[in-house]
Amino acid sequence: MRQLAAIAAFAVAVALLPAVTSSGVVLNMAIMTLYAALLGQAWNLLAGFGGQFSFGHAVFFGTGAYAAAVLQARFGWNAWAALPAALALGAAVGGFIGTLSFRYGLRGSYFALVTLAFAEVFRILANNVQFTGAGVGLMIRLEPGAARFQFADKAGYLYVILAFVVLGLLISWWLKHSRYGAWLQAVRDSEDSAAALGVNVFAVKLQAIMLSGALTAAAGVFYVQYFQYIDPSLAYGPAVSVEALLGPIIGGLGTVWGPILGATVLHLLGEATRGLVPSLPGINLIAYGVLLVLMIMYLPRGIIGLVKCSRP
Amino acid sequence: MLHIINFAHGAALMMALYGVFFLHQKAGIDPYLSLPLMVPAMFAAGYVLYRFVVAKASHGKDENILLVTLGIAIVLENVALTLWKSDTRTIETGYTFTTVAIGSAMIALPKLVAFAGAALVAGLLLAMIHGTDLGRAIRACARERQGARLVGIDVEHVFAMSFGIGLACLGAAACFLLPAYYVNPQVGNGFVLIAFTIVVLGGMGSFSGALLGGLLIGVVESIGGLILGESLGQMGIFLIFIAVLLFRPQGLFGARA
Amino acid sequence: MKNEQQRRQFLVNTAALAASAALPLGARGQGAPVKVGILHPVTGFLAYSGGLSRLGARMAVEDINAAGGIKGLGGAKLEAVLADAQSKPEVGAAEVEKLNEQGVSAIVGAYASAICLATTQAAAKHGIPHLVDVGVADQIVQRGLKNTFRFAPGYKTCTDAAVESLQALNNGAGKPARSVMIIHEESLFGTGTANLLAKQLPPLGFEVKDVIKHANPTRDFNNIVLRVKAANPDVVIPANYYNEYALFVRTMKQQNVTPKAVYSVLGGAASSYKFVKEFSDAANGVLDVNHWFNPKDKRAWALKKRVDAMDGQFFTYEVYLNYAAVHLLADAIERARSTKREDIIAALENSTWKGHFMPYGPTRFVNGQNEGARPLMMQVLKNDIRVVQPDSYAEAKPVFPWKV
Repeated sequence: MRQLAAIAAFAVAVALLPAVTSSGVVLNMAIMTLYAALLGQAWNLLAGFGGQFSFGHAVFFGTGAYAAAVLQARFGWNAWAALPAALALGAAVGGFIGTLSFRYGLRGSYFALVTLAFAEVFRILANNVQFTGAGVGLMIRLEPGAARFQFADKAGYLYVILAFVVLGLLISWWLKHSRYGAWLQAVRDSEDSAAALGVNVFAVKLQAIMLSGALTAAAGVFYVQYFQYIDPSLAYGPAVSVEALLGPIIGGLGTVWGPILGATVLHLLGEATRGLVPSLPGINLIAYGVLLVLMIMYLPRGIIGLVKCSRP
Repeated sequence: MLHIINFAHGAALMMALYGVFFLHQKAGIDPYLSLPLMVPAMFAAGYVLYRFVVAKASHGKDENILLVTLGIAIVLENVALTLWKSDTRTIETGYTFTTVAIGSAMIALPKLVAFAGAALVAGLLLAMIHGTDLGRAIRACARERQGARLVGIDVEHVFAMSFGIGLACLGAAACFLLPAYYVNPQVGNGFVLIAFTIVVLGGMGSFSGALLGGLLIGVVESIGGLILGESLGQMGIFLIFIAVLLFRPQGLFGARA
Repeated sequence: MKNEQQRRQFLVNTAALAASAALPLGARGQGAPVKVGILHPVTGFLAYSGGLSRLGARMAVEDINAAGGIKGLGGAKLEAVLADAQSKPEVGAAEVEKLNEQGVSAIVGAYASAICLATTQAAAKHGIPHLVDVGVADQIVQRGLKNTFRFAPGYKTCTDAAVESLQALNNGAGKPARSVMIIHEESLFGTGTANLLAKQLPPLGFEVKDVIKHANPTRDFNNIVLRVKAANPDVVIPANYYNEYALFVRTMKQQNVTPKAVYSVLGGAASSYKFVKEFSDAANGVLDVNHWFNPKDKRAWALKKRVDAMDGQFFTYEVYLNYAAVHLLADAIERARSTKREDIIAALENSTWKGHFMPYGPTRFVNGQNEGARPLMMQVLKNDIRVVQPDSYAEAKPVFPWKV
């Protein structure tokens, strides 16, 4: 219960941000951090709680993004109506990949690589099909208005992404405290033992990947509404897949707050190094990479692990 | 073989390509002649990198290796950017435009040499793995890490050697690649996915598999390009990849994982 | 200079939270510097072009300041606030937020179309005038954003000009060319250009034998070149970026594929001094319809000389388009006599600036696009790039068809 109170407190604190500052820089950073956290939470569902590491989460992100873009640009749907469609599509793709992969017993690195391959296949398809605008990408019209899921000022976007992240937190909390979550974590810890205990491993994993797919698709929809433009490499490229896994691993796999912590640390790190020596491009990213490597070398269980360790 | 998924593979290739480039530009050494310089240098770099960074970071978990190699890739790419700027560099050698007629096809000489080189390297690796103590040790560690430790194998050293050999291969690859290609800080990214695909296709743990996998991928890429168009045809590679993973995960020649 | 930047960055970062309303913008006191955001992808896969773009912009700032700054504001100097879009649209947008809080009066950038789409939009929310340096996608100026101004042509203009010029070229030589083959890169620029070409060429009597799309990056062009060889078109039309263009043209040479012309549209390497220098064998004869400076204007050559003298730099369109954009901005600030964003936008809207060395005539912005903007046709002749069309700017006669 304490965790639920913490989640509520977090939600309130972030929601108050626009009242405290009107700085576009701060609000944008909060939005992008929460967006990264959402990606991480979705990935964490499958990897941290379910033990199935995916290198191709972009496949769900891109599907959600394109669903939103295509429905609006080609069929004139309202963005809010496109949202559930995108979520459903994300879950469906998860179901498709999950059924194939888990039916054929793919685990560990093999599963990771097959998700990577699927992301690439989708990217190439999106790049060659007129429906998605092919290489040109899709732009949705700039029409600020809450009814159209576009906001004239940042606060609106902040509330939406916050809502998704809180949903992610609640799902993670639920996984920690529910029977389904127990099954899922059992599968993560030892698939064979779980099966021996009567857990329907295939169904559990399939549900997890579908849930993860839907949540990632939500991040895709948000991206399209925030930037109004999507193309195949933005949607299905490795950058998104990498961003999805960095946060949870740094922050703490299989924990409720890990993805948010990780995303925050990474964004702060990015900001802190961004201003370094602007006249010599690249130095800041070197610092970022070095710090990342150092963090992994000396913080094996992520930031959460550090926090837990420091408690006597 | 050892299930180290190295995200820095592409970046390491990029560094090796720069090595070959500067050897040619500053010291006038022909890329093929710089093999004896590049291979040991890359091996040493790989060994040190593994021993002092990757090993410390793994803490026994594969995902950490992935993350740390990702970090290394970022560092390498931007070090290259800072030091050598982002211009694309190429080299011109006497044989850059030479072609050899084989039947009705005209094959560029550098590509033929690369083909021969790759086969040679694969052969050497195969011989090493089956014929030397180190090779036996590597196979032992791959199969059963704890057991290997118990019989006195210095597992960390073996892993580091493998990583070093992997990078040494990249050094060789760079010598063969540069005459037909180019180098800039981002060049590695185009190779990472293909490298993973070929390894899995050939069977993680099999060198002959990797070689054949490479050939197969090349053929698939070409035919795919012909049938579906160059851009859509790239999909052929990944579809094969998925099919192999699903239906024959040990690849063409690998042992069941 | 570096320390000042770092100190400023630190102050901005810590003050960001404390700052409530936007910084007061008004006509500054005499002599206070005018901040201009220079935003380009200087890291990531676009680093090369981003770096050249930044170079052009910075040279312009230096030159303007050396010539006395903005005289209408008492000689106020321009201050370049550098930002890196890291080759990603979302980073570009985030940088715009930072530039906004640093109080820039305008932004110049961001080279790539996808990044420009994001940055112009972010800038629009704060009313910051945004000059687009290169970004050829036409969508950039079709969204009704009042703050967006593009000095150079978009790809529709370039493609229309290319089609027209090809026809003129062909007619002038007695119509030796009847077939074309288009090889383009898979993203926005290549696909868009190829689509327009494939639609416009057949009605003019050109058979489009094939349109080949390739990935970015493409490691090997042998298959594509073999298909070109088999199809044997009279004219090969590549539309791709530098690396692929160079590899493609080299491979054609290796395979002895010699069409009547290699006719590029916004060719990545065709009108590049770097390409000509490094691959003179393969480069000679190549035609290109692309951004280019007015060869009859001495100022262009003077700037070229300065850039050539710099180690490892080439006088590319990234350099001079950014150089021009910053000067255009300076002219607008001069006429507005103000550093207020809305005043600068108004000044740009009615701009009729002639102080550039591009073949555009005086500027005239309609919906943010400079109507006079146009590409030129160049050919690589005797290891040098010469303008061959239109006659009013030509330095040499085109050689068509090309004999090896």
